[in-house]
Amino acid sequence: MPDALHTLTIAELRTLLQKREISPADIIHDLEASITARDPEIGAYLHRDTAAALAAAEKADLSAPLGGIPVAIKDVLNVQGQPATAGSKMLRGYISPYDATCIAKLKSAGAIPFGKLNMDEFAMGSSNENSAWQLTRNPWDTTRVPGGSSGASAAAVAARTAIASLGSDTGGSIRQPAAFCGITGLKPTYGRVSRYGLIAYASSLDQVGPMTRTVEDAALVLQAIAGHDPQDSTSLNAPVPDYSAALRRGVSGMKIGLPREYFIDGIDPAVRAAVEAGVKELERQGATVREISLPHTRFAIAAYYIIATAEASANLARFDGVRYGHRCDTPADLRDMYDRSRAEGFGPEVKRRIILGTYVLSSGYYDAYYRKAQKVRTLIARDFAEAFKEVDLIASPVTPTAAFKIGKNAGDPLQMYLADIFTIANNLSGVCGISVPCGYSAEGLPIGLQLTGRPLGEEDLLRGAFAYEQATDWHRRLPQKS
Amino acid sequence: MSATAHIDIKKTADLARLRLTAEEETAYTAQLERILEYVGQLDEADTASVEAAAHPHELFDVMRSDAARPGFVMEAALSNAPRRSGDQFMVPKVVE
Repeated sequence: MPDALHTLTIAELRTLLQKREISPADIIHDLEASITARDPEIGAYLHRDTAAALAAAEKADLSAPLGGIPVAIKDVLNVQGQPATAGSKMLRGYISPYDATCIAKLKSAGAIPFGKLNMDEFAMGSSNENSAWQLTRNPWDTTRVPGGSSGASAAAVAARTAIASLGSDTGGSIRQPAAFCGITGLKPTYGRVSRYGLIAYASSLDQVGPMTRTVEDAALVLQAIAGHDPQDSTSLNAPVPDYSAALRRGVSGMKIGLPREYFIDGIDPAVRAAVEAGVKELERQGATVREISLPHTRFAIAAYYIIATAEASANLARFDGVRYGHRCDTPADLRDMYDRSRAEGFGPEVKRRIILGTYVLSSGYYDAYYRKAQKVRTLIARDFAEAFKEVDLIASPVTPTAAFKIGKNAGDPLQMYLADIFTIANNLSGVCGISVPCGYSAEGLPIGLQLTGRPLGEEDLLRGAFAYEQATDWHRRLPQKS
Repeated sequence: MSATAHIDIKKTADLARLRLTAEEETAYTAQLERILEYVGQLDEADTASVEAAAHPHELFDVMRSDAARPGFVMEAALSNAPRRSGDQFMVPKVVE
């Protein structure tokens, strides 16, 4: 049996499985050893049921596309019979009575959900510092954050304690941690992947997507989870193309736009240089590059933090202590039960966003804040629609800097929000995006290149990202000790 | 909206069904007023003839047939209840 199965990609493991050189159980055992060795320092895993994974491994259908491949799951997704806390004390002890659609689809593609991964509470955060349970550290430098909110989903894949993972992205929560941890993260078009069974943060923005070591693996996982779902009325009823077939089409003739509003002062020079070099590589391979404008970019963060918090305040109203979740001791009456259960169960960032969302929806402020933000959302979506008349892909940084130090932004919520500038407009307009490793800072921290595609343009994303990846070896580098 | 946004924290927390401590009220008021001041810049966007978007894509009513489908069995639906009595969720008394 080859050594170190935990260091291989899905595609490599599938080849070994199909040749019967290894079994699915070998992968689980190998991962278990890697997690035991490395996770105490990283803190990615909240839960794992190794016995259940081994039982699934016994029955794995190796002829299925992901047959025998373990996939780690952000704790915001329901996996039947497993805990799902969304990083919150509110859901301590909650056991999912059903599978999210993306989990059911992974299983029917032969994959084995293995392990639940830490996250910012209810997916609200950019650093994993908002988890109620534990800190997750960046495998490249354990004094730094892994990003968020799918921080542990990125950290585990980077540290080789997961082969691949699922994350969710509401304002950058797949792409930003993928960039900070040096892996590939794909945020599909809004509606491409069902949200049924995803614990909701902001329903008009949330999407589930793959976090992987390579672009090829991202295509394989996306293939398994994409598609229409009658259980999610916002899921798109559009055919799912063969994503793997798109990988090798090359970028010759593709038109790539560089938004002038994204290449601004305040970007770390190393990030700018790495992204510009990445674009040059695509140009060298035959893509044409031109400057474009997304003129309403400067309003994106403000619009996002009104719309997302408004939706969150409505979505999180379901946590009332009645049917599931935390209930306070000895409530005096129903109202006392609501007020205290929520006060005890939610952490500080979640309370902050619920209050902000409640405020912008409240009588007298609705038009000034919420309605105004929805109109600005239209303008931002039009910016992208106009741009995609001219270009096939938009290239940009994912983040203004590489991973920051743990604690750096913890006391300043607004400063933390402002770091989401390059990822947030994507969610408001419902387009798709991918982050791929494109270099390292002087401190050895990964940097991500973001490609943004038109709605249902995942094939373009994969084409561009794969062409870039094949010409570089950033994605092969390992954090120390992995 | 104005640069001197003011949030009535007690009223808003009450609407949100959240009991805050005095310290939380002070901290959130300062933080949220700063955030509201920042989002006030949306006033600079010209939206006079712009429709509001609730959603990224054009949305249509999605209907399904009014037919019985498999769903949760009662035991699964009750499995995470903080308190239950038989086949029911237990809550504090609602009527006198």
